[in-house]
Amino acid sequence: MLDDAMPTIDMPAGPGVLAAGSILYLDGVTVSFDGFRALNSLSLVLAPGELRTIVGPNGAGKTTMMDVITGKTRPDKGDVLFDQNIDLTRLDESAIATLGIGRKFQKPTVFEHLSVFENLELALKTNRSTLATLFFRLSGQQAEQIAATLQRVGLADKARQQAGSLSHGQKQWLEIGMLLMQDQRLLLLDEPVAGMTDAETEATAELILDLARDKTRSLVVVEHDMEFVRALGAKVTVLHEGSVLAEGSLDAVQANPKVVEVYLGR
Amino acid sequence: MTSFSARLLTCGNRRLWTGLAVGALVFLVLVPVLNLAVPVDSALHLPNYMVTLLGKYLCYALLALAMDLVWGYCGVLSLGHGAFFALGGYAIGMYMMRAIGSRGVYGNADLPDFMVFLNWQELPWYWFGFSQPWFALLMVVVIPGALAFVFGWLAFRSRITGVYLSIITQAMTYALMLAFFRNEMGFGGNNGLTDFKDIFGFDLALPSTKMGLYLASAVVLGLAFLLARFIVTSKLGRVMMAVRDAESRVRFLGYSPTAIKLFVFTLSAMLAGVAGALYVPQVGIINPSEFSPANSIEIAIWVAVGGRGTLIGAILGAFAVNGAKTWLTGAAPELWLFLLGALFIIVTLGMPKGLIGLWAQSKARLFRRSAVTEEKEARHA
Amino acid sequence: MLKLVLALVALLVCSPAYADDFAGAVRALNADSFSDKLTAADTLAALGDGRAAAVFEAMADGRLYATADGTILIEQSGSYRDAVSGATVAASDAAAITVNNRLRGALRAAAGQLGLLNSDPVIRQQAAESMLATPNPDAADTVRKALAAETVPAIKALLSQAVARLDLADSDPAHRLSAIAQLAASSDPQVRGLLQPLADGDSDPQVKAAAQKAVSSIENRLGLIGIGVNIFQGISLGSVLLLAAIGLAVTFGVMGVINMAHGEMIMLGAYSTFVVQEAVRALLPPDYFGLYLVIAVPVAFVVTFAVGVLLERTVIRFLYGRPLETMLATWGISLMLQQLVRSLFGASNREVANPAWMTGGIELIGGFTLTYNRVVIILFCLAVLLALAAVLRWSRFGLFMRAVTQNRPMASAMGIPTGRIDAATFGLGSGIAGIAGVALSQIGNVSPNLGQGYIVDSFMVVVFGGVGSLWGTLVGALSLGLVNKLLEPYAGAMLGKILVLVAIILFIQKRPRGLFALKGRSVEG
Repeated sequence: MLDDAMPTIDMPAGPGVLAAGSILYLDGVTVSFDGFRALNSLSLVLAPGELRTIVGPNGAGKTTMMDVITGKTRPDKGDVLFDQNIDLTRLDESAIATLGIGRKFQKPTVFEHLSVFENLELALKTNRSTLATLFFRLSGQQAEQIAATLQRVGLADKARQQAGSLSHGQKQWLEIGMLLMQDQRLLLLDEPVAGMTDAETEATAELILDLARDKTRSLVVVEHDMEFVRALGAKVTVLHEGSVLAEGSLDAVQANPKVVEVYLGR
Repeated sequence: MTSFSARLLTCGNRRLWTGLAVGALVFLVLVPVLNLAVPVDSALHLPNYMVTLLGKYLCYALLALAMDLVWGYCGVLSLGHGAFFALGGYAIGMYMMRAIGSRGVYGNADLPDFMVFLNWQELPWYWFGFSQPWFALLMVVVIPGALAFVFGWLAFRSRITGVYLSIITQAMTYALMLAFFRNEMGFGGNNGLTDFKDIFGFDLALPSTKMGLYLASAVVLGLAFLLARFIVTSKLGRVMMAVRDAESRVRFLGYSPTAIKLFVFTLSAMLAGVAGALYVPQVGIINPSEFSPANSIEIAIWVAVGGRGTLIGAILGAFAVNGAKTWLTGAAPELWLFLLGALFIIVTLGMPKGLIGLWAQSKARLFRRSAVTEEKEARHA
Repeated sequence: MLKLVLALVALLVCSPAYADDFAGAVRALNADSFSDKLTAADTLAALGDGRAAAVFEAMADGRLYATADGTILIEQSGSYRDAVSGATVAASDAAAITVNNRLRGALRAAAGQLGLLNSDPVIRQQAAESMLATPNPDAADTVRKALAAETVPAIKALLSQAVARLDLADSDPAHRLSAIAQLAASSDPQVRGLLQPLADGDSDPQVKAAAQKAVSSIENRLGLIGIGVNIFQGISLGSVLLLAAIGLAVTFGVMGVINMAHGEMIMLGAYSTFVVQEAVRALLPPDYFGLYLVIAVPVAFVVTFAVGVLLERTVIRFLYGRPLETMLATWGISLMLQQLVRSLFGASNREVANPAWMTGGIELIGGFTLTYNRVVIILFCLAVLLALAAVLRWSRFGLFMRAVTQNRPMASAMGIPTGRIDAATFGLGSGIAGIAGVALSQIGNVSPNLGQGYIVDSFMVVVFGGVGSLWGTLVGALSLGLVNKLLEPYAGAMLGKILVLVAIILFIQKRPRGLFALKGRSVEG
C-alpha cells in the first residue's frame, strides 16, 4: 500500500544505478548547523543482511548520520536511498519507520508510564492508522509473539511493571525488544551497550549476532566499546569530522595510521 | 459497529459499571425525585435553580472531560477550548433565535431582533438552515470540529508543540472573541444571543423543560464518559499517552503523532461544542465573553484539580472548582480570585495528580499503615 | 513706552482725514433700525481702520453704548472709554446699542477681517487663519490690503492662500488660473475641497484641466502624508508592543519560562507610577510635579524586580522543565495580583496625568501632530532595548546569565550561583515589564486589568520575532505595529487586529521558531 506513494529515484545513470543491490546508500550527505558541519560529504553503502559497526570520536557525526537516515534531520545535500531507490530525504520519521527502518537511541527512550508489555504492544508490527489503532485487539498469536520477545530480552517477569521503574540496562533491553517487535529490515543501534555490565554486554553481543545470522535484516551498530566491536567481528567504518576516515576489518582500521592519529594524536 | 458496542460493554470492569450505576442513580433518579416528588416546603426539596445549577456543572464536566482527553492523555494543552464550547453554544443559540420567530420586540419573523436594530434587510447566508433543529444540532459538532481539524492540521503538521501550541490556541480564541464582538459579524455583537423563548417546541421558562435539559446533560455526560473510556483504554489510548510522554519516539515506531493528535483534538472540540450547546439553553444567553482566554485557562484548572489523565478526575474537578466558585462568589466575592489563583499554584506545585492522586496516595498510605500494624500485631502475638 | 510706539504706528497707518471719517462712521452705528446699523457697519468696515475691530467686537457683545449726545463708548469690565479717542470717560446716561443675530454675525465677520490689520501679529495670524477657513468675497479688498502690508512670512503665506481662494471665485478665468497655480502646492484637505468644484465643472476648459491637475497633486500629497501618519502610528504602536514584550523576551526567550503574569508586572509598574505621582503631588511643590515620571521609572523597576525575584524563588523555580505547569501557575499568580491590586486600589481606573513636558506635540503639515508622549515612548523604548542589550552583552551578570542558560551544570561547576542568576534574570524581565508599565500609564487607563490587554499581543511579538532574540523582538514588535496600523484604514481597528492574529497563527506554521530562529541540534528537542 505504501509502496505506491514512495518517492523513488530511477534515473538510468543516477544514484539508482550506483545504489543497485544495496539496502542503504548514502552519497555526499552534508549537514550543517549554524556553520558547523556535522556531516561532510558522507558516503556509505550497506548490503542487505550486512552487520556493520561504526566507530568514531565524539562529534564525528554518528548520531547525525542516524538522524538523517531516520528522517529526523534533513540533509543540506546528498542522496540517502533505502532499498536501492526509495529517497529517504523526502519522508518523515513515521513513514521511514513504517518502511522498515528501526532505531534504538543512544539514551534509552521507552514509554515510562506504560508497562513493559504495553511498550512492546505499541511496537508490534500492525496497521499504524489512527482508526485501526483505536479498534485494535490483540490476537492470541500476537500475544505469544510479545511473550516470546519478553523471553528473548529477559524481561518476562517484568511484563506488568512500569517501564519507568526499570534499570538502565533493562531499558536498553526493552528498547531492543521494541525493535524486534517492529520486525524491521534495517536496524540502527546507537550505543546499545552503554551503561551495561560486562555480562549484559556479552549477552547483547550474542543477541545482535543472533539477529544478523539469518541475513534477513541489516544492522548498523554505533559503539565506543572496542571489546564489544571486536565481539561482533563485523566490518568497521571509522567516522571523523563528518566523513568516512577508514573502512575495513577492526584489525585493519586499527592499523591505519590516519585512525591512530585521530584517536591518539593531538 | 456491533464489534464497537461489544467492545464498549467489555472495555470496563465491574468497578466502572458500579460507579456509572451510582452516578446514574444520583443524577437521573435522586435529583429529579428530590426536585419533583419531595414537597416544596420539605428540607429535602431540591429547588429548581439548583437543578439548573447542577445542569451547568454537568456541562462544565463534559467540557473538562473533553479537555482531559486532549491534555491529560495526549499532552496537548489547548488554551482555546472555550472557543469550541462557545461555538457549540452559538450554533444552538442561532437555532433558538430563529425559533423566536415573530415574538421578538420588533415582531419581525424573518430577522432576529438585533439585526432589525442594526437595520439589516435580510438574513446573512450563514444563518440559513439554523431554523431547522437537525441542522443546528449537526452544526453544534461540525463547526467546532471543522475549526479544530483545520487549526490542528496546520499546527500539528508543523510540529508546533508544548507552550507554542498553547499560545497560538490562546491567540485563536482571542481573535474569535474580537471577531464576535463586532456587530458586522452578525452574531449579536457585544450582547450576543439571548431572549430565547423555546427549544424544539418546549417553553424554556417551564421547570419541566429545565429538568429535561438537565437530564439530557447528565445522559450526554454519561455517554461521553463511556466514549472517552473506550478510547483511553484502547491501544490508541496507550499511543496517546506515549505521544504525551515521548512524542518523537512514537514517530520512530511508525505512528503518526500528527494524525493521532488531530483525531483527539477534533473529537475533543466536538465534545466541547456539545457541552456548549447543552449549556446555553440552560443559562439563556451566549455572548463573546465566552471566548475570553481566561475562560479557557480555567478549564485546564478544573482538570488539573481533579487529576489529569483520569477521566473521573476531570469530572470531579469541574464539580469541585465550580461548586467552590458558586459558593465563594456568593459568600466572599473578593476572595474568589485569590482562591482560584492559589489553586493554580497549589495544583501545579503540590498535587500534580490532583484530587484523584491525593485519594490514591492516602489510600496507599492507609493500606501501608494497616499492613505495618498487622505485621506488628502478628509479631506480638 | 509700548503705548507710545503703538500710537506712532497708528499715526503712520491712519491719516487724520481718515480719522474724521472714522469718527463719523462710528457715530452712525447708533442708528434706529437694524438695517441702518448694518449699512453703517459696512461703511465703517470699508474704511479698513484697525481700530474698528474693537468697536465691532464690543457691539456684537452688546458692550457698545451711546450717550445722549451721540458719543459712542466701549464698555470693558465696568469702565467706559471713548470708541474714537480711547479716553476713559464716566458714563451715567449711556444706553446700550441693541443688535440682532444677523447684525451680530456681520459684525463678527467684519471684526475678523479687520483683525488682519491689527498691530498684534498673534491677532493677525488668527484672523488670517479664520479668513482662510471661511473665505468671504466681500473682504477681498481688505485681505489684499493686509497682504501688501504684511511683514511676517507665516502670516503672509496664509494671506496669499486666502487671496488665492478668493480668486478661485473670481469671474476672470486668468485670475482663477493663477489662484489654482498657487493653491496646487497646498496639502490641506480643505483646499482640495475648494478646488474640487472647479475640477468638476468650471466653464473654462483650461481652468478645469488645471484644477484637476492641482486636485490630483494635492491628493497624492495627502496620500503620502496619510501613509506617513500611519507609519508613525505604527511605530508608536510597535514601541508599545516592544515595551510590553522586551521583558517577556528575557523570561521566555532566555529562561524558557512562560510568564502569564507578565501583564500584571506591567500593571504593577503602572500602579507604582500612580503611587509615585500621588506622593510627589503631596510632598513636593507643584513646580516639581513633572519630575514624578523620572522618579517612577526606578521605583517601578525596583518594585517589579522584587516581585519577580519573590515569585521565582517561591514558585517558578520548582517548575523548571515543566513549561505547561509554569504557564498555569503563573496564570494563577496573575489572578492573585489582579485581585490584590483591586482590593488595594479599587476596581476603577486610576488617573495618571501626563507631566507638562509630555503634553502637546509638534504640529507637522496637513494638520497632523506628533504628540510628545508618543515620541517620548518611542525614544524611551529604544533606550530600554539598548540598555538591556548592553547588560546582556557586556556586563558580568549578562555573561553569567548566558552561561547558565547555555550549560547549567557547567556554569554551576564554575562557581556561578545558578539559583541567584535565575532569580535575578526573572527579576530583570519583570523589572523591564514594570518600566513598560510606567510608559503605558501615560497613554492608557491604569486599572487592575491593564496587563490582560497586553498579554496575548506580547506573546505574539516574541513568538513572531523568534524566541531568544532581542533583535527579533524589535523587528517583531515594529512589524506587527506597522501592519496593524497600515491595515486599519482598510479593515478597521478590530478586523485589522484579527487579521494580524490569523496571519501570525499561519506564519508560525511556516516558521515555528519565529523570524530570527536559532538553528541547531540543541533546539531540535
